Amino acid sequence: MMPMTAIVALAALTYAFRFTGPLLRGRVTVPAAAERLFADAATVLLIALAATAALTAGHGFAGWARPAGVLVAGVLAARRAPFPVVVLAAAGVTALLRLAGVH
Amino acid sequence: MWTLWRTSRAAWRRDAALLRDVGLVGLADGIVGLSFGAAAVAGGLPWWVPVAMSLLVFAGGSQIAAVGVVLAGGSPLAAVAAGAVLNTRLFPYGLAVADVVTSDGAAGGVPGRRNIGVAVRRWLVRLIGTHLITDESVAFALRRDDRSLRRTAFWTCGVALFVIWNACVLLGVVLGSALHDTNALGLDSTFPAVMLALALPTLTSRSIKVAAGAGAVIAVALTPLLPAGLPLLAALGGLGTRWSGWRGPQTVGGSR
Repeated sequence: MMPMTAIVALAALTYAFRFTGPLLRGRVTVPAAAERLFADAATVLLIALAATAALTAGHGFAGWARPAGVLVAGVLAARRAPFPVVVLAAAGVTALLRLAGVH
Repeated sequence: MWTLWRTSRAAWRRDAALLRDVGLVGLADGIVGLSFGAAAVAGGLPWWVPVAMSLLVFAGGSQIAAVGVVLAGGSPLAAVAAGAVLNTRLFPYGLAVADVVTSDGAAGGVPGRRNIGVAVRRWLVRLIGTHLITDESVAFALRRDDRSLRRTAFWTCGVALFVIWNACVLLGVVLGSALHDTNALGLDSTFPAVMLALALPTLTSRSIKVAAGAGAVIAVALTPLLPAGLPLLAALGGLGTRWSGWRGPQTVGGSR
């Protein structure tokens, strides 16, 4: 369940991240190491999320259809396919596999 | 606002590629928003959750991440933490586009008691502009040198994406509620696919590839054992590979 307080908390944190930069303009520079750490943390989180969301459902295995669709999407994304193509390919491959009885 | 609109119209004439590129990006984001809205309600969340998030948070990756954590059974706290970590990048973005977000334009004016209306309007523009800082609007602004073109690019992209994103999420919610078996459509694959598409272009160095790979293994391995949401935060431990002396096979000698 996602209560409204959680949404508001995420919204407030997000707005704070957006607001601080323009507020501090000209007065601070972010150390390159810190900026790289932010960027790397976001990348690690996205990949970990992609992996868990692709492979797991609850505490178990998600089945084959979903990771197969995500794998195809990943290959397309790595080859710089347009975003809509990547998203539609993921859903399409998974849907076709399920239609064929692979779950 | 009127001034902004007038200068924008002039700049659109000078920057013909802008509207076309914003349109293409809007199409891509629209499809993601559609699948986000549909998948969120299909996963069992009430309709107002994706709608409120899209209006208030307006950062697609973090919205998808937070909803992903919750749909996997994670706590709201873990969902907020995951979304917030993703959005830390908005801070350096804000520094990068500060000159076009704040409305200190050429109009200038005399600072003083007569200009309270101007000051209020200026702050309003600034508060709205702040909310429009996204990967896309920043990228469009940074690709232009001229100050007024930067400003127009930022605002055009920001406003267009805000409208498109929220409209498409709403449409997705309607569609997702109408469908009985969204699993048959493979919508559950779109979440991880979007995150992968967002992350792949940032895997530029060997050290980040190693860190991301380690994080993914940690998260998947811990999923059967820990409450949902925690494996994800544990994945940040993958960042430890950056300092552990692992510098890849090319490094001769090593740092320790």
